[in-house]
Amino acid sequence: MGVNLDINVHHLTRVEGHGNIVVNVREGRLERAYLEIVEAPRYFEAILKGRNYKEAAIITSRICGICCLGHQMASLKATEEALGIEVSEQTVLLRKLLTDGATIQSHILHALFLASPDFVGKSSVFAMIGEYKDVVAKALKIKYVANLVSEVVGGRAVHPITPVPGGFTRIPESGELKALREKIQEIVPDLDFTVELMRQLIDSIPNFERETEYISLQCDDEYALYDGDIYSSDIGRVPVEEYKRMTNEFVVPHSTSKHCRANRESYMVGALARFNNNHEKLSEKAQRAAERMNLKAPCYNPYMNTIAQVVECVHCAEDAIRIIDRLLNCGLKDEKPDQEPKKYGRGIGATEVPRGILYHDYIYDRKEQIIKADCIIPTGQNLENIDYDMRKLVPEIIDEPREEIVKKLEMLVRAYDPCISCSVHMLDVEFVE
Amino acid sequence: MKKRGKIKVAFFDFTGCEGCQLNKLNLENQLLDILEHVDIVEFREAMDDKAEFYDIAFVEGSISTPECVNRINDIRRRSKVLVAIGACATNGGINSLKNIHDIDEVRETVYREHKYLFPTLPAMPLHAIVKVDYKIYGCPMTQEEFLKVFKSLVMGKKPQQPDYAVCVECKLKENECLLQRGIFCLGPVTRAGCGARCPSFGQSCIGCRGFVSNINQNASIEVLKRYGYSVEEAVKRMNMFNVTEMKM
Ligand code: SF4
Ligand code: SF4
Repeated sequence: MGVNLDINVHHLTRVEGHGNIVVNVREGRLERAYLEIVEAPRYFEAILKGRNYKEAAIITSRICGICCLGHQMASLKATEEALGIEVSEQTVLLRKLLTDGATIQSHILHALFLASPDFVGKSSVFAMIGEYKDVVAKALKIKYVANLVSEVVGGRAVHPITPVPGGFTRIPESGELKALREKIQEIVPDLDFTVELMRQLIDSIPNFERETEYISLQCDDEYALYDGDIYSSDIGRVPVEEYKRMTNEFVVPHSTSKHCRANRESYMVGALARFNNNHEKLSEKAQRAAERMNLKAPCYNPYMNTIAQVVECVHCAEDAIRIIDRLLNCGLKDEKPDQEPKKYGRGIGATEVPRGILYHDYIYDRKEQIIKADCIIPTGQNLENIDYDMRKLVPEIIDEPREEIVKKLEMLVRAYDPCISCSVHMLDVEFVE
Repeated sequence: MKKRGKIKVAFFDFTGCEGCQLNKLNLENQLLDILEHVDIVEFREAMDDKAEFYDIAFVEGSISTPECVNRINDIRRRSKVLVAIGACATNGGINSLKNIHDIDEVRETVYREHKYLFPTLPAMPLHAIVKVDYKIYGCPMTQEEFLKVFKSLVMGKKPQQPDYAVCVECKLKENECLLQRGIFCLGPVTRAGCGARCPSFGQSCIGCRGFVSNINQNASIEVLKRYGYSVEEAVKRMNMFNVTEMKM
């Protein structure tokens, strides 16, 4: 009763990009609780207009340094569909391998560098070095190997070079893949260690639940990351072409990034959504890891997203090894990308990036130039859900000390692993012709 | 808490993709070594702490809003040495592609009736606003170059950076020339230092490190014309990363 509370966490740290948490409680009544997005807009959609199809993935990968691979994949898929360019099975396998590497690298960066300082009560990973040196060293090792995947296959960890419409400018040699396989094997125990660490820290994860709609990709034969149909925990499968109905972007005054909703007030995308929707398709080992960390589907605690990320790391490491074996067994072919457009029109690419489902939608003219582009970013999709979570959470913890409330709110936002720097570029994407 | 004698280093990011920041985190083991010699006093992406004064400020991203202008001026005032890192900070990078369009039209395209909510400037490199002491080029900047410059500065030395074309490094790698294979490449006009990374992976150089300083833009366009590319095409390719450097 009668509680007043004003929270304004300006420039939230340990997230990608710039955002503020704003909460007001007047006389015990919650007036405002939201994540304010203040990132400077970069106008990617306007930039894409008039660019050639070979440039689209290069430009859009600069939307985000962390999800650069995902942006390339979604962009390439959209371009290829629009221009009728087909890719080989080997190309798909190599892209999936890249996706596994990118997923591990981003998740580990988040779980162990950005989120875990909260779990152990430190201000940063640097402050963890003394007491938790082995954790930091193992995290660095895992990240190093995950980056190696992009370096060997993609030519570079940040903004990979080789993936182009139609395939790859360079196919890795079998010796390189063998060496990579060994390295991935080496981090399997480190991932085990990470699972064990998280199991021990699980008590520092707040006990909070809010059931919501979970949206991810889904496919029949594997845990969907690179490809699949849209799947909603509310209404089931929806073809990718209908993504606008599943995103329904709208403007809110407190955010330079648009918000989204699908079948109710908000929805969640990302590791926890994927886990909830597709957990049976995880590798056995990853399923066991989930059990060990007490993550059970369906899980309605958004803080557990970090745990779902660790589960996915275990899965992706195994999947990467499986893909390499398959590539080596089939024998690597030195394929040149077929970049000849067969038609001109619209193409939609959907892929899972670490933070959730990502859509790129382009229309090309006959000069092979983009005339209209639309990109819908996972963080933008999660923003409305974060606000709803805060509105449920604040009244539940209102009697706790202020620092505790701030900490729990920061942890909540961080758990979503928001990539604010990308979410904001993706506002309205209509080009006025 | 201040540890006496250690150099205070801070990292800041403006409008960009944070890929350059990420490349620093990707330094893995070297990161731990570096930490023994310096105090990282501010690094929003990775830590909560804030500081008042910096011996070296590394700044990523370009200036694209009035708020950015104030913040970079403030950082400059507190920093002894300011280093611009990455294409966004050194020459505007991909962000400045918006500058070739009418800025009002760009805002309208993206925000329509909400465009007045978000003040926007043409994307600018840091040196358009403040004095920049050193530049680490590239999109993203390379870890090797970052380490090299970092170490030199910590030791109080002036970092050495190449000022010749990517072609030179490409030749040293004995790559087959892409232009001769019929693939457009900006290697002849782009500043080296990446080890001709893209051509070595079969991809053309897209000019992410900016132009070499003594570039003769007209002559290089002549060269590209000789390989069958129109002036228009050459200019368009060049401006992907170098809008703010174009002289035509
Ligand atoms: S220079 Fe490139 S990698 Fe660095 S922040 Fe800018 S867009 Fe990202
Ligand atoms: S080859 Fe060109 S585009 Fe590639 S990293 Fe080097 S300077 Fe940048």
